[in-house]
Amino acid sequence: MRSNQVAVVGAAETTELGVIPNASQLQLHADAALNAIADAGLKLSDIDGFATAVETPQQVCHYLGIKPTWVDGTSVGGCSFMLHVRHAAAAIEAGLCKTVLITHAESGKSMIGKAPRSIPADSLQGQFEAPFGVYGPPSMFPIPVLRFMKTYGITHEQLASVAVVQREWAAKNPRAMMKDPITVADVLNSRMIAYPFRLLQCCLVTDGGGALILTSADRARDFPRKPVYIMGTGESVETPMVSQMETFNSSRAFKTAGPLAFREAGIAHKDVDHLMIYDAFAHLPLFGLGDLGFMPHEETGKFIADGNTRPGGKLPLNTNGGGLSYMHSGMYGMYALQESVRQMRGIAPAQVANAKISVCHGVGGMFAASGTIVFTNER
Amino acid sequence: MAEPQRARPKPTPETQHFWDGTKAGELRLQRCDACAHVYFPPRPFCPSCASRKVSIFKASGKGFLYSYVINHRPAAPGFTPPYAIAVVEFDEGPRMMSNIIDCPQTPEALELDMKLEVAFEALDDKITLPVFRPAKG
Repeated sequence: MRSNQVAVVGAAETTELGVIPNASQLQLHADAALNAIADAGLKLSDIDGFATAVETPQQVCHYLGIKPTWVDGTSVGGCSFMLHVRHAAAAIEAGLCKTVLITHAESGKSMIGKAPRSIPADSLQGQFEAPFGVYGPPSMFPIPVLRFMKTYGITHEQLASVAVVQREWAAKNPRAMMKDPITVADVLNSRMIAYPFRLLQCCLVTDGGGALILTSADRARDFPRKPVYIMGTGESVETPMVSQMETFNSSRAFKTAGPLAFREAGIAHKDVDHLMIYDAFAHLPLFGLGDLGFMPHEETGKFIADGNTRPGGKLPLNTNGGGLSYMHSGMYGMYALQESVRQMRGIAPAQVANAKISVCHGVGGMFAASGTIVFTNER
Repeated sequence: MAEPQRARPKPTPETQHFWDGTKAGELRLQRCDACAHVYFPPRPFCPSCASRKVSIFKASGKGFLYSYVINHRPAAPGFTPPYAIAVVEFDEGPRMMSNIIDCPQTPEALELDMKLEVAFEALDDKITLPVFRPAKG
């Protein structure tokens, strides 16, 4: 795909984030969509392409009254929205549609109008993982961590520092759920969830949503907001079973999607001004920094512990506070994309001065899937 | 109301040989007749070369502790926390998720790379789970 042919012209989160006991998951989709449409200065009837995950496109389109000629229901977990951006950009370039709306919403905390996740007993996960006591992401996502730490010499203190640094960013974001400063000792003394991870190394569980609107770069000039161009994209999947990853020393899906996006954008790592790495748990930024090629995995823990990703550091990372401190409805990828767009528009609460290129990297499931988007505000 | 039970696997035609094996006290893996690739979980073709000519064989049941978590909360139905959820790498190559028995469920006792051997734990008259204990000697 060619760089900078498609742009984000509308972006918004739900009116509220956090605990939203007065709205169903479907209504949260609509709330985010209406906010994004207002942000773009469009009408619902202008939307001719639609993508969402978990909920079906027909469900959300009917609720909103959208009549699309192109739909994408790719649902590979929390990075589904990165894949939607990639697919939408290709569809717009191919002339299949002109204006795509992508929505995410999840009543992750209040569980209103949300089907419970279940694992069929005759699926491979039901036969070969569930019987051994895995029970939700906290018991599964950290399974590779001890091997990763041993292979690369990563310490518990370094992994704790991920949460500390992201709380510093969250403190600058009025909409972040958790803003009080924490220390490495606070993290290491918080309640044990699944050794080696403690409460402050696990993501929040909240309600919310977000939506994006994409159109061709040529049309984007006529919109009220500063266009944010899609410079490069990548995607992949590996396995729905964390136990069956090729290795616990890296993620194959990350190592596929990330470099694809960098190559398509034609950028080097030193060109990246702003970085989002989906942090459902504290080890993900370390996997991401290594697998995306920013540095050898061995250096990732020290890099974060030394403050290189904190406010004022040389590689601002997860500047909304991330899934650990900003919000995490269950499929956080949309919020990472929203923060990249805010940074490229120059309107983020913790704005990185003069940022021109933002890389937004997502994970789906427990390293099951990945999507990477490179954004720029210069064409 | 009955106590919530541990998740029970329900075999499919492709996995039945594995569960028949554990019930008979054998850990059964599959090997490709064409390229010799050994793989898990079960399927009637080779995920490396796509050959449908594959054989089931009795594995050694020996391996080592590749990684784990010690789960504290939330605990799965039928489990008393803290308990380790482990990934074992077999001498034959593939890995599988399991539990570690006859070993304290602590970071001190659960050393990465420790040698393990298979044991079998009957859940009911249909399903026996493969679990692992520290290898003797």
